Amino acid sequence: MIKVLFFASYREKLGVDSLELDQMPANLSALRELLSAKGADWQEVVNDARTLVALNQSMTRKDFELSDGDEVAFFPPVTGG
Amino acid sequence: MISIQQEDFDPGYEQDQLSQSTGTGAVVTFSGLVRDENLGDDVGGLYLEHYPGMTEKALQEIIEEAAERWPLQAIKVIHRVGQLHPGDRIVFVGVASAHRKAAFEICEFVMDYLKTRAPFWKKETTPEGDRWVDARESDDVAAKRWNQE
Repeated sequence: MIKVLFFASYREKLGVDSLELDQMPANLSALRELLSAKGADWQEVVNDARTLVALNQSMTRKDFELSDGDEVAFFPPVTGG
Repeated sequence: MISIQQEDFDPGYEQDQLSQSTGTGAVVTFSGLVRDENLGDDVGGLYLEHYPGMTEKALQEIIEEAAERWPLQAIKVIHRVGQLHPGDRIVFVGVASAHRKAAFEICEFVMDYLKTRAPFWKKETTPEGDRWVDARESDDVAAKRWNQE
């Protein structure tokens, strides 16, 4: 099982802050495909060039393999400070 | 060292806490405030969302990177979350070092990296309605310059 989180404008757009997937995609690309199939908004959020991705609470710009228990987050560029 | 909190903070108290060591020659602090204007619109309030867990981890990594680059003696980073209003304090970075140059640089470095790497998002209330604040390219440019020095 993996956990997928969405924040800020993405959370509002999808109406979802987190979901758990029993069906395990092999890697980030496969996860993107799986989520994109849920609709146009999902496709936009996970494939937007500005979308940031964190694996287990660390931002990464590369594709990665997924393991049981992983936490993946999708969010827009950060605006703190 | 790091605090994510809804409540306000006292910059004077934090500055005193950073000034405890007699080996410290410089304390630099930065306080960020909520403005009442953004992109030409009146801002009545600001809501701060974050990613609990990752926020602390990201700030910790920024501090560790600063400690590798400069002789850092003590540091405090406070970021508020939740509902804020114009004039409210939103962020604090306080740095203690032996000399002023390092203290100034660390403070600026931590703020530049916080703005581009720490998972916080602002939603502002304007007369036109609520809107998520867009990231600024100038913040990216500010953070990138530390890689060139």
